[in-house]
Amino acid sequence: MSQVKINSLRQGPDENGRFGLYGGRFVAETLMPLILDLEKSYNAAQDDPEFHAEMDDLRTHFAGRPSPLYFAERMSAELGGARLFFKREDLNHTGSHKLNNCIGQILLARRMGKTRIIAETGAGQHGVATATVCARFGLPCTVFMGATDVERQMPNVLRMRMLGAEVRPVTAGAGTLKDAMNEALRDWVTNVDTTYYLIGTAAGPHPYPRMVRDFQKVIGEEIRAQMMEAEGRLPDAVVACIGGGSNAIGTFHDFLDEPGVALYGTEAAGYGLDVDNGHAASMAGGSPGVLHGNRTYLLQDADGQIREGHSISAGLDYPGVGPEHAFLRDSGRVTYVPITDQQALDAFMACTRFEGIIPALESAHGLAYAMELVPTLSPEAIVVLCLSGRGDKDVESVGRRLGMGN
Amino acid sequence: MTQSRIDSRFASLRAQNRPAFVTFVMAGDPDEATADAILAGLPAAGADVIELGMPFSDPMADGVAIQQAGRRALAAGMTLEKTLAMVERFRRTDTETPMILMGYYNPIYIYGVDRFVADARSAGVDGMIVVDLPAEEDDELCLPAIAAGLSFIRLTTPTTDAARLARVLENTSGFVYYVSMTGITGAEIKNRDAVGDAVRAIKAHTDLPVAVGFGIKTPEDAALIGRDADGVVVGSALVAAVEASLSDGKATDATPGAVHSLAAKLSQGAKSARS
Repeated sequence: MSQVKINSLRQGPDENGRFGLYGGRFVAETLMPLILDLEKSYNAAQDDPEFHAEMDDLRTHFAGRPSPLYFAERMSAELGGARLFFKREDLNHTGSHKLNNCIGQILLARRMGKTRIIAETGAGQHGVATATVCARFGLPCTVFMGATDVERQMPNVLRMRMLGAEVRPVTAGAGTLKDAMNEALRDWVTNVDTTYYLIGTAAGPHPYPRMVRDFQKVIGEEIRAQMMEAEGRLPDAVVACIGGGSNAIGTFHDFLDEPGVALYGTEAAGYGLDVDNGHAASMAGGSPGVLHGNRTYLLQDADGQIREGHSISAGLDYPGVGPEHAFLRDSGRVTYVPITDQQALDAFMACTRFEGIIPALESAHGLAYAMELVPTLSPEAIVVLCLSGRGDKDVESVGRRLGMGN
Repeated sequence: MTQSRIDSRFASLRAQNRPAFVTFVMAGDPDEATADAILAGLPAAGADVIELGMPFSDPMADGVAIQQAGRRALAAGMTLEKTLAMVERFRRTDTETPMILMGYYNPIYIYGVDRFVADARSAGVDGMIVVDLPAEEDDELCLPAIAAGLSFIRLTTPTTDAARLARVLENTSGFVYYVSMTGITGAEIKNRDAVGDAVRAIKAHTDLPVAVGFGIKTPEDAALIGRDADGVVVGSALVAAVEASLSDGKATDATPGAVHSLAAKLSQGAKSARS
């Protein structure tokens, strides 16, 4: 693992939860004491070897880490150019990187003596991971999910219910992730004494963006170790998809101070950036604002009202992005590229047919850019894609769209 | 600085030994013209202080009634600029009633903080309550607002302990808004006795008036809470009256009157608190 250097990009956030202009603690007073308490508990946990031992044990025996680094041989040959590797977060227990964060936060919630867990979910991957750790530790769990998402991700709704969670469909707004988060915040402010809000992405008020990043950065640390072992060197480029951006920040963080590693994040461009309210690319098509506890890039109108956006992927269909990504975008360290629904669908099918791996639609956004990048590089070059989740939840909607149901 | 409208209003009510009746309505709900009529008639209906909601697409601290009010206003084309224009029109006929804007930070941030405090001041706004700006974010808007001569009214809640209270009160001016419960606007107050205790505890730390809001819906609630509090705030009940008066989502001739007659009843409750 590299040391943190002076002028490092890995030092954020500051004591006020800021990554440059972004981040902060924009919450109601009711939540403020709790957030300060959470920060204190998190700092104490970070200094406690027992906390890390417990987390490592669960990562190994419950989640199945480390996840493999896989050489996508047929896709590399087909694309021509660099060799493409997948970091197989889809093989994590529950089928995505989301469990990494949930393991860390559930241990923290237990240390804080909280007796009830709430979460928001878009695609349902975070909801499933939260319901899973709640089942594992015997805590009641309520998951807020937009009514539109409940419909398009039914397999995950059933999984959550089987795991014992209550799934509350949210009908406000467009019934997607943003509305689920509003409703989760309303529940939290009402039940602040007993309830721990297990946020699923590297966004929200400080200390969540830092905490979620710290629980996810194992992805990049493993990539480094696995790549050094397999190839004796670091990759030339690393690609990950961005909704809120938890898999991406976890993938990128260990490489931020490695100038030889190019970093690419892919935002959901939906129907295209030129289609009004037709995408969820908050950095390419938005501007800085304040929502859900932090300042970051948002999709919004000239009056500061938040727009709904659109993506085929429920997990990327969010009008904001984690504040550290906003900072990394402005600093130029990470390049963020928009990927349309159609590009993601093409990548989804390519991965399925050439590698026998059905990726999550979210991850397919990352893959779509990797597929553009690989042919432009030399055969010696190495590109790593964070394959953040598996696509079982998406087979119904993709199958329908491709007319495979007949 | 000369005494603000807020300070003079609370001082004169204190002399009368009665709590301020504070009304919340949403700017532009259900449309601009009707909202103008609602606003203009509130002082005559007994409102001592007016809070005017700035509609926001994602009102995280609000219950269904105020969420819907904001949605109606936005659907009818309300913006922050038009909200300030509403205040300016109100001030043409009323130069006494304190006017406080209440809402969330993002529309102000996008409008521009410096431009907002200047425009608010010249429109006749006296203060603001911005739900998602805790003391930790005072540099954002609180300090510029105070510098421009506007009051920055802070929420304190049942989770604000004694140690934190000092920090919360530090840059608070006008009055302190005590949130009667941990919850969203329009929910039920579970323990009314605890509200009085909390008000007394806050008053031990500050000379500012303490108003109580969230969950006050009836004249009886207003009378009970008004025994200890310097002000009682009613919001959800009033915007629910707007909603109940609509036909196919549109204002009717009865809409302003529905709000004013409920406000008059609630105001009687508040006035009777200490009699």
